[in-house]
Amino acid sequence: MKSLQDLERIRLKAQERMRVREGEGATKIAVGMGTCGIAAGARDVMAAILDEVAKRKLADVTVTQTGCVGLCEYEPLVDVILPGQQKVTYARVDADKARQIVARHVVNRQIIGDWVLARS
Amino acid sequence: MEELALYILDLVQNSIEAGADRVCVFLDQCAADGKIVIEVRDNGRGMDEAARAAAFDPFYTTRTTRRLGLGLALLRAAAEATRGWVELESQVGAGTRVKAVFDASHIDCPPLGDVPTTLAVILAANPDLELCYRHRFGDREFSFTSSELRARLGEVALNDPTVFQCLRELFAESLDNLHGGVNP
Ligand SMILES: Nc1ncnc2c1ncn2[C@@H]1O[C@H](COP(=O)(O)OP(=O)(O)O)[C@@H](O)[C@H]1O
Ligand SMILES: [Mg+2]
Repeated sequence: MKSLQDLERIRLKAQERMRVREGEGATKIAVGMGTCGIAAGARDVMAAILDEVAKRKLADVTVTQTGCVGLCEYEPLVDVILPGQQKVTYARVDADKARQIVARHVVNRQIIGDWVLARS
Repeated sequence: MEELALYILDLVQNSIEAGADRVCVFLDQCAADGKIVIEVRDNGRGMDEAARAAAFDPFYTTRTTRRLGLGLALLRAAAEATRGWVELESQVGAGTRVKAVFDASHIDCPPLGDVPTTLAVILAANPDLELCYRHRFGDREFSFTSSELRARLGEVALNDPTVFQCLRELFAESLDNLHGGVNP
């Protein structure tokens, strides 16, 4: 049974993780959460990314949201910015693709060209 | 939208875009009359009379990235498809209240959907938001505020991925308890 006490356990674990950060700078992952993004599955994409980052115990990865950027037909959109690199935008991401983006792009540093909409 | 929960997420996004830092979500599943009420209140910039009048028009939006403002138009269409309705109350500087009423027994009513994931995503995407959530099912209730969660977490933020996992499970179990084995 989960309870609010579990949050205190989580707090201790997270503090430990914060201490082991390597200081390379943070990777940023942003999910488009406008109406079109939400209708196309952005909630479950964001949930899959957070879950995968937690499972892999990745330190220094920040997951955030962006608003509508006017590319509604390509939603859900996911931006990945590795430290010191340009932004890569993935289009029509689903939960499964989202987990692969974390594994292949964020962890293994390999951009998945087939799914990329834009680099900037 | 395929789930009522997604309308909650979209309404909260409207509040955030309106500059709100305090949002209250109220979900009422009245067991007796089969209605589901979704209400979102915020302390954002609010709307003047012209904005209120245009808010449900799909061609009205204050955003500059596209010409369609779909959220509220979709919500109203979905509620009315179940013979429900949407109420909007908003004052410039005071904030906004949107209330949507669905008839859950209507064949066109979307399922409630994944409320636990929706709530955990709202918190992770808006770690500094003051969120209060109240969910009534018949005569039972589940509620929390983000400040009570934050108090337990100390300096660990609500967008920490491990916190997200924990909250999602916590909310799922709380809602299972609320529904007490009854499938809404
Ligand atoms: N909570 C709110 N507070 C202030 N203004 C709002 C709120 N919700 C909606 N609005 C106004 O109504 C417009 C239409 O909203 P919506 O139908 O959700 O479309 P969109 O969010 O895509 O613009 C918004 O652009 C905004 O100007
Ligand atoms: Mg909107």
